[in-house]
Amino acid sequence: MTFDLIVVGASLGGLHALEAIFAALPSDFIVPLAVVQHRHRDSDDTLRSVLQRAARLPIYEAEDKQPIEPGAIYLAPADYHLLVERGSFALSTEGPVNHARPSIDVLFESAAAAYEARLLGVVLTGASADGAQGLALIKARGGCTVVQDPASAECRVMPEAAIAATTVDHVVPLIEIVPLLTKLCQSSWKVGL
Amino acid sequence: MNVPDYNPELEEIEIQLLLEGVAQHYGYDFRNYALASLKRRIWNTMRAEQAKTVSALQEKVLHQPACMERFLLALTVNVTAMFRDPGFYLAFRTKVVPLLRTYPFIRIWHAGCSTGEEVYSMAILLYEAGLYDRCRIYATDMNTAVLSKAKEGIFPLVKMQEYTGNYLRAGGDQSFSNYYTAAYEHAIFRPWLRDRITFSQHNLATDGSFNEFNVVLCRNVMIYFNKTLQEHVHRLLYESLSMFGVLGLGHAESLKFTPHEQHYTEIVSGERLYRRVS
Ligand SMILES: C[S@@+](CC[C@H](N)C(=O)[O-])C[C@H]1O[C@@H](n2cnc3c(N)ncnc32)[C@H](O)[C@@H]1O
Repeated sequence: MTFDLIVVGASLGGLHALEAIFAALPSDFIVPLAVVQHRHRDSDDTLRSVLQRAARLPIYEAEDKQPIEPGAIYLAPADYHLLVERGSFALSTEGPVNHARPSIDVLFESAAAAYEARLLGVVLTGASADGAQGLALIKARGGCTVVQDPASAECRVMPEAAIAATTVDHVVPLIEIVPLLTKLCQSSWKVGL
Repeated sequence: MNVPDYNPELEEIEIQLLLEGVAQHYGYDFRNYALASLKRRIWNTMRAEQAKTVSALQEKVLHQPACMERFLLALTVNVTAMFRDPGFYLAFRTKVVPLLRTYPFIRIWHAGCSTGEEVYSMAILLYEAGLYDRCRIYATDMNTAVLSKAKEGIFPLVKMQEYTGNYLRAGGDQSFSNYYTAAYEHAIFRPWLRDRITFSQHNLATDGSFNEFNVVLCRNVMIYFNKTLQEHVHRLLYESLSMFGVLGLGHAESLKFTPHEQHYTEIVSGERLYRRVS
């Protein structure tokens, strides 16, 4: 199995979960990550800079048409949906989906269409059902699905909704997510090098 | 889209055929729009029209003009707001307004103005800067339905709380409610705000430059285009700007991934305001 992209969705409690994950990701982790963290429409660069302090990999707020580079983390900007084309990002100001803009489902749905089986989807803590439909679609397109164990989540609603929506490949506690991603991405790693 | 034998490559061929048909038969050219968000809106329409495949949707769209009208509305994203992204307007107020003061007459183009919220915001800003009498604003969009709304200048009253907050963060220091009259659930903006605005239809994909401007704003429009069309539009905007004219883009857009980058300098870092320098 090789993966070209990992998509991650987080809502309530996501800041701490993402900090923990980014802190654990090694600096030579090659598969890029695209992340939707639900946030207020007026939020500025704070989220990125707080997360960057924890991370070894560079974190960017995705811009329209930005190429997706290996070894980088991309955050959905406030008040835009983040979508994926093959090899680059696209943005949209379409209305909120699941009351959210950025919405996790929008990212997952577009990524599933662009990357099919070469996509890894991760749903983390949150108080919404956003991401559940998207994760089911990733699974239906042959991609790999990971959900944070609800018991280890600050808010279990979102992981539970994802688990209810599809047959998830891996349900693991927060601290085991990075070891799992590293294992799953090992062959992508060798290809990338 | 959820048929078991779903074939994404085939679907892309079907999408191309659909867009080709729409362009040839109806004259609306979506062939160079960004695929990811286009797909999303095509899937939404398929659900609404109960079409199982893109080809089934094509049959309906080409043979039923009413279906085409619905499709057109569904294909373009018209979501907008007053003083959306207040930091942009604040930067405009503090950094661009002083430049504009040196001009006896100021021509501004809002390309892709949608229902007009952005244009009224700019009119208010220019009025407060004491420049409005010297301005002429051209507000264009390809969609005539949104343009007629823009001409009315009537926005939902429930939005005013959000817009007032945006206005204040954008550096506004008046009472925002002075600019509209509340009537039932509507906020009717003062007609004099429209005095210097001309609304007209213009398609960035197919129409050319129609004037020379000191300021061109094209925000959150090109994110829906692919690179080819984006480059075409950047050329058009560049050719429509006077030397040292100002270009304003949306918050998540930049010149970084375009070939026109070298013709501009950034006026305020991070606020997507650029000045043409060559
Ligand atoms: C999301 S709205 C942006 C409104 C406003 N500028 C803002 O930033 O809030 C995008 C607008 O672009 C218009 N548009 C899309 N394609 C266009 C084209 N080819 N020519 C002109 N306008 C277009 C749509 O009709 C829509 O009103």
